[in-house]
Amino acid sequence: MVDQTNSSVAMAADYATPTAVKPDLRTRLQNLIPKLVLSPSLALMLVFVYGFIVFSVYLSFTGSRILPSYEWVGLENYEKLFRLRHWSIAITNLGVFASLYIAICIAIGLSLAIFLDQKIRGEGFLRPIFLYPMALSFIVTGTAWKWFLDPGIGLEHTMHLWGWESFQFDWIKNRDFAIYTVVIAAVWQTSGFVMAMFLAGLRGIDNEILKAAQIDGASNWNMYRRIIIPQLRPAFLSAFVILSHLAIKSYDLVVALTGGGPGRATEVPATFMYSYTFTRNQMGIGASSAVIMLMTVAAIMVPYLYAELREKK
Amino acid sequence: MSVASTENAISTGRITRAFIYLMLILFATFYLLPFGIMLINSVKPLSEINGGNMMALPQVFTLEPWFKAWNSAQIGVEPTGLQPYFWNSLKMVFPAVAISTVLGALNGYVLTKWRFKGDTILFGLMLFACFIPFQIVLIPMARVLGFLGIAGSTPGLVLVHVVYGLGFTTLYFRNYYQVFPTELIRAAQIDGAGFFRIFWRIMLPSSGPIIVVSVIWQFTNIWNDFLFGASFADLDSQPMTVALNNLVSSSTGVKEYNVHFAGAILAALPTLLVYIVAGRYFVRGLMAGSVKG
Repeated sequence: MVDQTNSSVAMAADYATPTAVKPDLRTRLQNLIPKLVLSPSLALMLVFVYGFIVFSVYLSFTGSRILPSYEWVGLENYEKLFRLRHWSIAITNLGVFASLYIAICIAIGLSLAIFLDQKIRGEGFLRPIFLYPMALSFIVTGTAWKWFLDPGIGLEHTMHLWGWESFQFDWIKNRDFAIYTVVIAAVWQTSGFVMAMFLAGLRGIDNEILKAAQIDGASNWNMYRRIIIPQLRPAFLSAFVILSHLAIKSYDLVVALTGGGPGRATEVPATFMYSYTFTRNQMGIGASSAVIMLMTVAAIMVPYLYAELREKK
Repeated sequence: MSVASTENAISTGRITRAFIYLMLILFATFYLLPFGIMLINSVKPLSEINGGNMMALPQVFTLEPWFKAWNSAQIGVEPTGLQPYFWNSLKMVFPAVAISTVLGALNGYVLTKWRFKGDTILFGLMLFACFIPFQIVLIPMARVLGFLGIAGSTPGLVLVHVVYGLGFTTLYFRNYYQVFPTELIRAAQIDGAGFFRIFWRIMLPSSGPIIVVSVIWQFTNIWNDFLFGASFADLDSQPMTVALNNLVSSSTGVKEYNVHFAGAILAALPTLLVYIVAGRYFVRGLMAGSVKG
């Protein structure tokens, strides 16, 4: 691909100036246009993404409070950050949330994809139902689930009305369990998407191998375990990468569902950063927490993107 | 994705099939339930919700909560309903989607058909920008918007969404143009067509599907954004999601659940409509964002 395109550009230049030894002004301008067209986007990106990252990293080493200050304090903010109980709660919560969220989404996504791949009648009807929550805002999802899980009016109350008096489901009000309600709502929103990724992977598998294995007497279970699921490796990887970066970035859903509460039971790094920076006026600490978040995402995304882009060469 | 092109070779017994259908139906219920119940309860009077059964159909059907959510519910300090915020969102979404899609198309065209040394690294940098946690840019962005004099305004939000949407739109068009036959471009160049004429006459006319994908993706993302809206918008530029959150989480007075539900559905309506009309393209956009192919 690379060689082909380059040679085509080179050839075009040759044709445009068939006799001249040196390209004339017009041709040189023509050759500049692509770079000129790309430059506004590049400038925006360099300033608003990478410049801003540098600035935030710098702030994390300063004693900024309500406004940025340029007083250098070294690693003090990071030391403070990791001594804060608030922060350790936030990262523990993220750990619990992210691992459950990723594991359950992949389990549900893969199962639904395998089920849908069995020549199911009504697949075209079911698939959009599994996937529509992905089109909703996390604020809408949070509103719906907050109420559905509210013991006084939602599911628990309904079960009581239906005569199941001992039914108890008050996780959203319970400090020890509230983080799991965030998992439930987040899984609801994105597991259909994971299903779509696995389904695309399943549809890409060569059936000849399966038919051969079937003739050899392999059971369905063994075919999935030995042949099909190993071939879904790229889908597993993509799902993991996408879900983990979504988990680290989760902010809206927590705000809408629990607001970080009860107490600090569902505080996560994204809500921590926001409250320290904008309501508690501890900008230095807020910036250092954002840097930690960025490094976590980068540790996952950079190797992935590097591998993806290298393959193309 | 759209058609079951490769027939699955696996055959299943009757009991297994029954189990599979049961599971599929259970999950369909799981996905439909929260939103469905919200819909049912948005047309009930409040008295039927408080103490009533959320699963029950309304005894008295009323559209009052919907009207209230739209134009008279208390949001912040003003009893304006969600209506002004709905327009705020639209005013923000249309320019942001248009600009980021146009820039993405041009970038994708340059990155595939006018390649130069180092272009893959540049693309990698743009792609990584899609995935950064936006917390890392909140503080400097607030400063820069203030410096540019567009803090708390719709143009400011448009700028933010264009910048952080560019990576995705570029990705879509780059992947799409990558498989576009380069011979056609070469032939046009031989005929003397320049950069823009090739883009306009050859690339754009065949870009229909990917434009739809990009527009839908950007529309959904920007409409659903909460973080930027909450951080950078003033009262007169706040988008729908922020207003909805204010409506739902305001602690004063009686909690009018039916109004909250109607509001949540109003906030979800535009993206849901897009999904219903063009779900195929929405899925394609999602997939392109995950599996770069």
